[in-house]
Amino acid sequence: MISVKNLYKTFHNLSGPVEVLKGINCEIRKGEKVVIVGPSGSGKSTFLRCMNLLEEPTSGEIYFEGKLINAPDVDIDKVRAQMGMVFQHFNLFPHLTVRRNITLAPVLLKLQSKEEADENAMRLLKRIGLDDKSESYPNQLSGGQKQRIAIIRSLAMNPKMMLFDEPTSALDPEMVGEVLSVMKELAAEGMTMAVVTHEMNFAKEVANRVLFIDDGQILEENEPDAFFSNPQHPRTKDFLSKILS
Amino acid sequence: MNERTLMSRLYDDFIYQNRYLYLVKGLGNTVVITVFALLIGVLIGVFIALVRVNYQQSKKKGLLLRLANLACGLYLTVIRGTPMVVQLMIMYFVIWASGAPIMIAILSFGLNSGAYVAEVIRSGIQSVDRGQTEAGRSLGLSAGRTMRVIILPQAFKNVAPAIFNEFIVLLKETSVAGYVGIQDLTKGGDIIRSITYDAFPPLIAVAIVYLVIVICLTQVLHVIEGRLAKSDLR
Repeated sequence: MISVKNLYKTFHNLSGPVEVLKGINCEIRKGEKVVIVGPSGSGKSTFLRCMNLLEEPTSGEIYFEGKLINAPDVDIDKVRAQMGMVFQHFNLFPHLTVRRNITLAPVLLKLQSKEEADENAMRLLKRIGLDDKSESYPNQLSGGQKQRIAIIRSLAMNPKMMLFDEPTSALDPEMVGEVLSVMKELAAEGMTMAVVTHEMNFAKEVANRVLFIDDGQILEENEPDAFFSNPQHPRTKDFLSKILS
Repeated sequence: MNERTLMSRLYDDFIYQNRYLYLVKGLGNTVVITVFALLIGVLIGVFIALVRVNYQQSKKKGLLLRLANLACGLYLTVIRGTPMVVQLMIMYFVIWASGAPIMIAILSFGLNSGAYVAEVIRSGIQSVDRGQTEAGRSLGLSAGRTMRVIILPQAFKNVAPAIFNEFIVLLKETSVAGYVGIQDLTKGGDIIRSITYDAFPPLIAVAIVYLVIVICLTQVLHVIEGRLAKSDLR
C-alpha cells in the first residue's frame, strides 16, 4: 500500500537545522494496522505527516500503491484524496455544520453528487450515533464527538488507508474510549491504518505491527505480543518501562 | 447680521430656495463614494493579502510571485505614506483628468482604502489555525480551494469588525472630496455658507449628520461583534 525508503527530514529553525528523521524505511501492506510509538520529539508525527506529504521529505522516497508520490509531476491532491488523515486537534471546520464538514470535500472534488454525499454523511453519522448532530456546529460538540466526526469526515472520501496522528491525545480521559472504539471498528473492517498513539492497549489489541521510533530512526519493529513482552533494544525497554509502569 | 434671530438664520440657510437640498444631495454623494470605495477597497485588499500571505508561506517563490509581492509592497508604502487629499488631487488633475469626478473619487478612496483593508485581511488569514489548512489539504483540496472555502470565510469572520470600522473611517475621510469639486456632504454645507455668509448653522448641521451616521454605524458594529461572539461560544 505504502512504502517509505530512506526518509530524511530536516527542519530549519532559528537555532539552525534540526534533523528529525534519519533514514526511515518502512512498508505498510494492504489491510495492515501499524502502530507507531516513541517518546515525544522522536519524529513519529513527522514520519506520519510525510506519508501524505503534509511535510515534504528532505530526501528519500515514498511510494503509494507502487507510485512514487514525492516527485514534481505528481498531483498530490489526488493522492491525498485516497488517504484519510485524523489530527490530534480534530481540525473540524468551525464555520460549517457537521454535515457540511463531511460532505465538503467529496462534493467539491466531484466524487459524489450533493445528494449522495448527504446520504453518505447521514449513514456515517448514524453509525457513530451522532445523526442528531448533523446540523450542529463543531463548537457545540464535545472533544470525543468532534474526533469521531473528524474520522468519518475522512471516511466519507472512501480512502484506501487512514493516518491517525495522536487522535486521542487532546481528549479528556472519559472520551478516549469512544474514539478508540470507532477506530477498532474500522480496523475490524479491514482498513489499512497507520496510527501514532500513546494508547498501548490499542496497540496490543489492534496492531499487526508496532514500530518504535526514537531520535528519528525505527529502532525496533515487531508484532505487538513480542514487542511488549520481549523488547530487544535497550531504548525500547526503557520507554516501555516508563510508559507501562 | 448679529441682530438676526436664530430662526431667521436657519430659514435662510436651509429652507429658503430649498437650500437643505445641498446637504441631502451631498450626503447622497458621500454615501455613494463611501460604499463603492469600500467595495473596491475590499477587492484590492483581498488580492494583496493573498499575494503577501502566499509569498510568506511558499517555499519556492516563483518570479511572478516575487514581482507581485514587490508591487504590492510598493503600493502599500506609497498609499500609506502619502496624504489622502494629495492622492485624490493627483488622480483628479494628473492621472485621470478626463474622468467623471465621482468616479475619480470612488477610485481614489478605493485605492486608498485597499491598502488598509489589505493589512486587516492579512492578519485575518494569519489568525486562522494552520490545522485548518492541513485538514483541507489532507482531504485532497487544492491550496486555492482550501483558501477559498475554508480559510477566507473564517478570516472574514475574524476581521468583520475591523473592516466595518474601516467603513466608518472611510465615511469621514470622504469629506475631502470637495477639494476636487465634488459636492459631498461637507462641500454642501460649505456651499450654503458661501451663499448666505453664515457659517455656524450649515457647518454644525454637517457635523451633526456625520455624527449621527457614525453613531448608528457604531451601534451596528456592536451588534455584529455580539453576534460573532455568540456563535463562537455556542
